[in-house]
Amino acid sequence: MIPMFAMGASDHDDHGHDDHGHGDHGDGHGGHGDHGHGEHGGGSSWWMYLLGFLVLAPTLMCLFNGVVGSSGVSYNPATGEYSSPILMAIILAPAIGAVINGTIGQKLPRPIVNLVGCAAIGLAFLFSISAVGSLMGLEAPAAEGHMAHQPIVYNAFKWIWVGNFQIPAKFVLDPLSAVMILIITGIGTLIHIYSAGYMSHDPAYARFFTYLNLFCFAMLILVLGGNMLLTFVGWEGVGLCSYLLIGFWYTDDAKASAGKKAFVVNRVGDFAFIIGMFLIFTAAESLDYQAITQLATTPETAGPLMGIATAATIFIFIGCTGKSAQIPLFVWLPDAMAGPTPVSALIHAATMVTAGVYLIARMNALFILAPTTMWIVVVVGGVTALMAATIAVVQNDIKKVLAYSTVSQLGYMFMAVGSGALTAGVFHLMTHAFFKALLFLGAGAVIHGLHDEQDIRKMGGLRKSMPIIHWTFLVGCIAIAGVPGFAGFFSKDEILWNVFAQVHAGAPMPGLHVVMWIVGVLTAGLTAFYMFRLYFLTFHGESRVAAGVTPHDAPAAMAMPLIILAALSAVGGYLGVPHILGGLVHWIPGIGEAMSHHILHTWLEQVFTPSANALSIRFEHDQEVVMEWVTMGVSVVVALGAIAASWMLYARPSDVPKTVAERASLPYKILSNKYYVDELYALLFVKPTLLIGRFFHKVVDEVLIDLLLVNGAAWVMESMGAIGKRLQDGNVQRYAGYVVLGLGAIIFLLLIK
Amino acid sequence: MQATDGFMTVSMPILTLLIFLPILGAILTAFLPREESGLHRGVALTFGLVTFALSLVLLKYDPDFSSTTATVVSSRFPTMQFVESYGWIDGLGARYTVGIDGISLWLVLLTTFLQPIMILSTFSAVTERVKEFMIALLVLQAGMIGALVALDGLLFYIFWELMLIPMYFMIGIWGGAQRHYATLKFFLYTMVGSLLMLIALLYVYFGTDAVTAGGGYSFSLAELMAVPLSEGEQYWLFGAFALAFAIKVPLFPFHTWLPDAHVQAPTAGSVILAGVLLKMGTYGLMRYAMPMFPEAMVTFAPWIAVLSVIGIVYGAVVAMVQEDVKKLVAYSSVSHLGFCMLGLAALTPQSVEGAMYVMLAHGVATGGLFLAVGVIYERRHTRLIADFGGLAKVTPVFATFFMIIVFTSAGVPGLAGFVGEFLVLMGASQSQVLHFGEATYWFESVSGAMGPEANALVFAGIAASGVIFGAVYLLWMFQRVMFGPIKNPKNAKMQDLGVREVLYMTPLLVMCFVMGLFPEVFMSRMHSSVDAFMEQMRPGIQAKLTAEQRQVMQLSAQVNLGAPASPAPAASAPSMEAAKPRPSAGDEARVREMIRSRGFKLNDEGKKRIQRLHRGAAAPQGGAQPSEQ
Repeated sequence: MIPMFAMGASDHDDHGHDDHGHGDHGDGHGGHGDHGHGEHGGGSSWWMYLLGFLVLAPTLMCLFNGVVGSSGVSYNPATGEYSSPILMAIILAPAIGAVINGTIGQKLPRPIVNLVGCAAIGLAFLFSISAVGSLMGLEAPAAEGHMAHQPIVYNAFKWIWVGNFQIPAKFVLDPLSAVMILIITGIGTLIHIYSAGYMSHDPAYARFFTYLNLFCFAMLILVLGGNMLLTFVGWEGVGLCSYLLIGFWYTDDAKASAGKKAFVVNRVGDFAFIIGMFLIFTAAESLDYQAITQLATTPETAGPLMGIATAATIFIFIGCTGKSAQIPLFVWLPDAMAGPTPVSALIHAATMVTAGVYLIARMNALFILAPTTMWIVVVVGGVTALMAATIAVVQNDIKKVLAYSTVSQLGYMFMAVGSGALTAGVFHLMTHAFFKALLFLGAGAVIHGLHDEQDIRKMGGLRKSMPIIHWTFLVGCIAIAGVPGFAGFFSKDEILWNVFAQVHAGAPMPGLHVVMWIVGVLTAGLTAFYMFRLYFLTFHGESRVAAGVTPHDAPAAMAMPLIILAALSAVGGYLGVPHILGGLVHWIPGIGEAMSHHILHTWLEQVFTPSANALSIRFEHDQEVVMEWVTMGVSVVVALGAIAASWMLYARPSDVPKTVAERASLPYKILSNKYYVDELYALLFVKPTLLIGRFFHKVVDEVLIDLLLVNGAAWVMESMGAIGKRLQDGNVQRYAGYVVLGLGAIIFLLLIK
Repeated sequence: MQATDGFMTVSMPILTLLIFLPILGAILTAFLPREESGLHRGVALTFGLVTFALSLVLLKYDPDFSSTTATVVSSRFPTMQFVESYGWIDGLGARYTVGIDGISLWLVLLTTFLQPIMILSTFSAVTERVKEFMIALLVLQAGMIGALVALDGLLFYIFWELMLIPMYFMIGIWGGAQRHYATLKFFLYTMVGSLLMLIALLYVYFGTDAVTAGGGYSFSLAELMAVPLSEGEQYWLFGAFALAFAIKVPLFPFHTWLPDAHVQAPTAGSVILAGVLLKMGTYGLMRYAMPMFPEAMVTFAPWIAVLSVIGIVYGAVVAMVQEDVKKLVAYSSVSHLGFCMLGLAALTPQSVEGAMYVMLAHGVATGGLFLAVGVIYERRHTRLIADFGGLAKVTPVFATFFMIIVFTSAGVPGLAGFVGEFLVLMGASQSQVLHFGEATYWFESVSGAMGPEANALVFAGIAASGVIFGAVYLLWMFQRVMFGPIKNPKNAKMQDLGVREVLYMTPLLVMCFVMGLFPEVFMSRMHSSVDAFMEQMRPGIQAKLTAEQRQVMQLSAQVNLGAPASPAPAASAPSMEAAKPRPSAGDEARVREMIRSRGFKLNDEGKKRIQRLHRGAAAPQGGAQPSEQ
């Protein structure tokens, strides 16, 4: 049937992916080593996949287009909506891949499994391009001389339909979900191809690709879902896949625990999400995004929504802190690094963890009604960004550094959306997806090339033996550090500028935004510092690689995604050039040439119009040009300074880091123990819950109910029986006595009456 | 067959067949030689399969009541189909009347669906007294189907008690070490409730002379429901009925018989106990206690909801600390059935339909969990979590099945468990009756104009925390049993699922997906019956509405009327929707004030729309959608 847990023919433990097993690599690490790294399993055949993919995909595309017409977009005059089954094709392609690999994958040869897995998501990517192309064509004049894109809607079937609670399985492609599906399927495809190389020695490859495809399926539902409940389906679905993939090597109890922790912590967020939905449904009688947006942005219908907006958005935001690893629910993400590295790249960096940002962007019309929530979002984002960055500085596990970096960068995105700079948030989401996926894949390639070594203290000098990884990783570091010209610079600068600009935009608490801007700049500095610390410790200096390990560069299947992502990390930022730097000329059909400094901004405008109107304020550009130059200058200087500091400390032999760690031993200890948050939560939540459970079981159930009530009732019956037995003991004199007593009692009663 | 008493011609007495086929099977088994255990199994399985196949005819149930050819409709039970009625004990006014509606339909199908699965699962689990076991299973099925389809009080009571006997023997004979304690507890608990119910039933029965045509007594459900009762009477009678059903569900704090019964029962007994028997409690509430005493139900609703919510959290938290897998699953049942009861108590169409869906999904998921526990118990003869660990590696197929069932039980969307639980919570959050009077509206400052829904939201909110605990205890158990290294060498050679086991697990798995992805397949046959049920409850709900509640409904009705995108109330909209008072012109100022106070300014178009709205609302046919104008 479906041996999804099958470890394959060989015993998994012998191929242990023991990430914690630093040191002796002579044995036990056969998973990646000792199999002849010269001709890497995935390496020699990846051209085959690519070729098969290139042949198969266009064929299917042609078939699809032939059957349903060009992308199948049709106009329904009754509803005024454009519809296309291509949305279903995008979603179902990975699902079909998962079903194939999940059912018969174990019996298929490895290249076929790889091909099915990659083709499933690759097809979804091609379909996505086709659909987004159609979406670009569906332009209609909107207000203020801009063009709006008619969303493509596909109603698949009635899902839950009770009374006035009506939830269709409805999928919507609009500019926002378009950005998301391109990231998910595009980066997803690269990571699938990479995985063919990375997992080339793992016997459970079929299970891996099943889960990976399943994840993409759930993620696509999350972003394409047309109502909150469908998003919730994807939301929980990605959580489930995350659970499965974090605990992929489940024979290791620690990894299985990490998976469980991720799921449970996310469930806490999901619980809040559910409450948020209740509140919204109470007010709007709908969970449909279009309906909610329309209600919230029409003054005469916004009343009930305003009543619950603050409460509802706070609950939804708690949901987002779960999925997007923000304070207080970030604790699962660092542990999630127990999963295979491609999983960390895809799920825990590029896609799933950004779902919270996506959700707030999607529900911007409601969030904008709740200024209180907005500043909570900014503060939580800012504090998380700074806190995670400080932890990242002292981590020694290459993946843990990247994990905390992800938490920190997600904090940036929340600062952006909380400031109302939704485009900036989505922009950073996108660039982050490029460079963080790149960094994770690079880290994975390093780990792979060092036979499962993750400790950066046991690396060093790898730039010679791993040139491709080195150069691409460097690009990723430059991008995330915010060096001008690379992707991270543009998006980070836009966020910082927007946070700062709130001061002038009449935000309720200008002081708060100044503080948040400082936090943002500090975080930017720390980010540049710890990323280059990681880079220098890994690739520069003397080699500290354990004896017996021969580092090797990435095989072709892994190198190709690295190079593509490096290119994207380098140039991806030009989708959103700040206007002070000139911007690009944008051609708007029907209107003509117009200056647009920001392609992404123009593209997403219609989705964010509601909140843009509410926040339209801002200020005249020319007046603020100087301020914008200044803020940009500050962040660039801080970033470059931090890189220089990092170079001084880590590129060359230096005693300073050690001295600092010794001198400031207390802060160092707190940081390396991640502020003891895990311990705190265990003390506050885990242990009390178990205690209460035991109390309920042992005391309430067994003593109070069973012993006192149930057996007590039996005892009362028994005692009554015993008394009755004594009353009727056959002694006639006593019976006569009872009669006299009774008579006396009756007479007494009659007398006192 | 001859039509009687205004009933239409019965083409095939399908329900009677469903009740008596298993009895026939039991009789046949009784005459087979004792040594031929294979034959007993074969006969029981055959009867199980034939009954299931036959029960599929019930899918012809027509929720729209449009075609009368396919399903038999009775004038006396206008909401029922497949009705059969024959004279039975004329002197008592008891008739053999059976029929189904959307409420009982799926429970009957669940019963017939689980039967062959259970019988298959006993092939290796029950090796002693196979003959008696099969007879018990068959009689039990007859009792359950009978209780589900009976439309006569006495008939229902007899089937209700009939279920008890085979279950008693099943635990008492084939049970574990402490089976005698468990059986006695199970039996006494249930009997206390049954007795109270019988007394209450008789009390109502002796009032039926007021409503029957001839002035005699009648056990017919139609007459029982028509008996006029004072409020005080209703409270006591409802209390008696509700207690009987609450014990069966079981509702906290009447639940302690369940873990004992489950742990001691053989696997098949646990499956049927969790799968169908517990639902008899919730079904009984829906069929008897609630429609017979609607005012009492609405008055007690918040208290029932309190117990349900306690049950949800309590069951989950206690499940967390269990060391025995089966006890853990038993406590998870307490938690899940809490959702069911909350749904019924909330009295909204969503919550009631959700509760019905929870019954079905719980039957499939928890049935599956017990089967999975049975699988490992058969192999290792232990159910202690600590004795396992790392099984996923040696039994990958089993791990896959088990995991999907676990996630169904944990309520992951896309699988069966989610739909019902979510509907219950969603419905509960909108409930009009879950409050203790105006003085206790909580959260008002946060929730603005919400009023009593704010209270309901607290119930729903606390209950929703069950989703967190559900994940904790199930995943923790799963991890300790299936993941990690194999610590106990005895587990290293554990057999994966055999063909027979795959055969009986697969249908459950398929149902997990089908029920999660396409709930409308099932619910489309529930809607009209739930509407009818809500209509029966309406007097109670209306009596409970407070002045403020009416006002709030009024206000929200007005504001929402202007919403072009909000879905128009469907034809099958809840009856409460219809009960919403029409907005009056006097509230226009309030709406304006509210919108202004929230920082919005009405533009000209907005002003026009509000005026139009109120003009329309003030008119006799008011409340029309403004977009139509």
